[in-house]
Amino acid sequence: MDSIFQGLFQAFHLVLTLDPDLYRIMALSLRVTLTAVVIAAAIGLPLGAWLAVNRFRYRRLTIAVLNAFMGLPPVVVGLFIYLLLSRSGPLGVLGLLFTPAAMIIAQAILITPLIASIAHQAIRDLWSEYHDLLISLNATRAQRIKALLWDGRRALLTATLAGFGRAIGEVGAIMIVGGNIEYSTRVMTTAIALETSKGNLAFALGLGIVLIGLAVLVNLGIHWLGRTERASNW
Amino acid sequence: MRRLLKLMAISLAAALFAGTAPAETMKMAVTTSFENSGLGKVLLPEVKKDLGLDVKLLVVGTGAALRLGANGDVDAVLVHAKNAELKFMKQGNGLHRRLIMYNDFVLIGPKEDPVGIKKAKTAAEALKMIAAAKFPFVSRGDDSGTNKKELALWKEAGFDKADLKGSWYRAAGAGMGATLNVAAGMNAYTMSDRATWLKFGNKRDLALLFAGDPKLFNQYTLIPVNPKTHPGVRTDLALKLEDWLTSPKAAKLINGYRIKGEKLFTFNAKSAPE
Amino acid sequence: MSSILEALTADEIAPVAEAGGGSILPLRLEGAVARIRGKTLIGPIDLTIGRRGLTIVMGPNGSGKTTLLRLMHGLQRVASGRVIWALPEGAVRARQAYVFQTPIMMRRSVVDCIAYPLILHGTARAEARAQAAGWARRIGLGHVLNQPAPVLSGGEKQKLALARALIRRPDILFLDEPCANLDGSAMRDIESILIQARQAGTRIVMATHDMGQARRLATDVLFMYGGKVHESAPAAAFFNQPQTTKAQAFIKGDIVE
Repeated sequence: MDSIFQGLFQAFHLVLTLDPDLYRIMALSLRVTLTAVVIAAAIGLPLGAWLAVNRFRYRRLTIAVLNAFMGLPPVVVGLFIYLLLSRSGPLGVLGLLFTPAAMIIAQAILITPLIASIAHQAIRDLWSEYHDLLISLNATRAQRIKALLWDGRRALLTATLAGFGRAIGEVGAIMIVGGNIEYSTRVMTTAIALETSKGNLAFALGLGIVLIGLAVLVNLGIHWLGRTERASNW
Repeated sequence: MRRLLKLMAISLAAALFAGTAPAETMKMAVTTSFENSGLGKVLLPEVKKDLGLDVKLLVVGTGAALRLGANGDVDAVLVHAKNAELKFMKQGNGLHRRLIMYNDFVLIGPKEDPVGIKKAKTAAEALKMIAAAKFPFVSRGDDSGTNKKELALWKEAGFDKADLKGSWYRAAGAGMGATLNVAAGMNAYTMSDRATWLKFGNKRDLALLFAGDPKLFNQYTLIPVNPKTHPGVRTDLALKLEDWLTSPKAAKLINGYRIKGEKLFTFNAKSAPE
Repeated sequence: MSSILEALTADEIAPVAEAGGGSILPLRLEGAVARIRGKTLIGPIDLTIGRRGLTIVMGPNGSGKTTLLRLMHGLQRVASGRVIWALPEGAVRARQAYVFQTPIMMRRSVVDCIAYPLILHGTARAEARAQAAGWARRIGLGHVLNQPAPVLSGGEKQKLALARALIRRPDILFLDEPCANLDGSAMRDIESILIQARQAGTRIVMATHDMGQARRLATDVLFMYGGKVHESAPAAAFFNQPQTTKAQAFIKGDIVE
């Protein structure tokens, strides 16, 4: 119990004293995760919509695989990316291992199926509603997907935030491909793992509380943006 | 409050957009025991000052460190497991082995020492006592240098790896700190490097019970990764670092490093690689 | 006209075809059949929809009125037989419009919903919204321009659907019981728009259950029964001297199964 109070105290202390190390790793966490979310959303949202709108031979199988991939084990993804990016691996020449770019790739791979799958479900419902109208209006395939993405944007925002939630708290994959290098690839979650391994449990908990706070702030911020947009339009 | 929020936002934004200084950088895989000792925090800023070299540390167990070296993902490794190092060299992964320094391992256990290893004469004898009492012992179990050292000591005590099973012998499969966390939770015996133990923040009822057997000495070796087998590694930078680490200045810093008043490392680099 | 509607000028509502370029009409069905999983829904059907007029499709529930409209519009695949327009396939899709029984409301504002068909076909957004706002005002939706379409009342939704269907000035407009469940004033507004559209040259084919509405609007009638066109005649002839016993019973108000 004592450690928990100490953790809370540490969290406030860290945030309020503007600890530069803390802000550096917070910023890297945000940069890596937000970039990964943007990439994953750019792939996952249209993919989900495309799967909802198109009928093709292995559609069911594709969707089943996508749903299964929502639960990809981060460590396995990390290992896979490591083997690809390792200097002795096929993409070694890019020199991306142990850089934020590698962490972004790992996280984007982790959350793309999650975003695509949630988007697919939302878009499928909207598509069954819009189907006759869009066909009647002679909308092209691209126009249909665009309309579904735009009108389903709030459900898609939820899908994207789910992806953000999974990515910001993820440690297994980015530990392997990022290496938790101080001043370079250390982020909130790997720092927490490190402090725990040093037995600094209260400090680790403090970092954890800051991380949760950061996630809550990002979510609130995005919802706030969503609301200003609704006031002017819908 | 508003001012503070603003400051916080600015700190975050500044960190978000701060570019990394484009100094020369190299990557080195080091063991957790080295990282936990805090010695890196003393040496690396000096390296940067003297050589303009940014050394990025990947902190992993010795097994993983050598694996990173064997894949050419780091430019050098700083490890402590002689047999594994020799195998690494034999496979052509390393340029040469260069001794740098040593520290020592210690045996940790419940404060009241229920098995009485304080009275043991050697590390092997201490382990025998724990095994005889079947008192819980937590092993790293992660193929690290520390793990290898521990297994070697058990062997000396008459136990093969296959003999080490049963409910009293627990392989944590984790780093030194995590293993100490497990030992603290179970109030069990374990083996740790001195540095990690001194800095460890969650000791609870554990205490240092046995140390000083020369068998517990722990030699750190620097191995630059072989550019012949791994084109693309920055051997030039690794060699610069090696020169610095074996210099009189490094000797002074290493021998002078203290945690809570205790000396941790002894510099023992020779003028040439092994 | 006692309603809130403002008169639409012929210029605003007349089919694009009237302003030059050929009409996609007449439409001919030759032995057209609609099937679902091997089961015949309607057909074979032979009929012609000429360039002018307002055809009412009547018949008991399940007689195939909706399927016929969907078949003509292209929402239902032609299993056998042919559906032939006066212009080639590529040109006809964009020159028709369809109003569904349950209006499909996109999750957008009223003005954006009405503007959507224009935007789909390349009209600049600002221009499309201006036209849509004009339509909305004249059709009695001026006060809800920026409200989300899904929260409108039933009558407002159907007016929106009608404006959305007419905004691109189609050659032909299909309506599937657009006034089911609407109150009297909404129904009158919709009927008056339909009359204006017909007078401006828009061909209308509409399914309805409402005998009074059929008598008020129809120039000719298709009476469906058992998935086939059972009787087809000019409105006056159909209502005064129905030729088949089923149609006679239907007009009298008897239950026709």
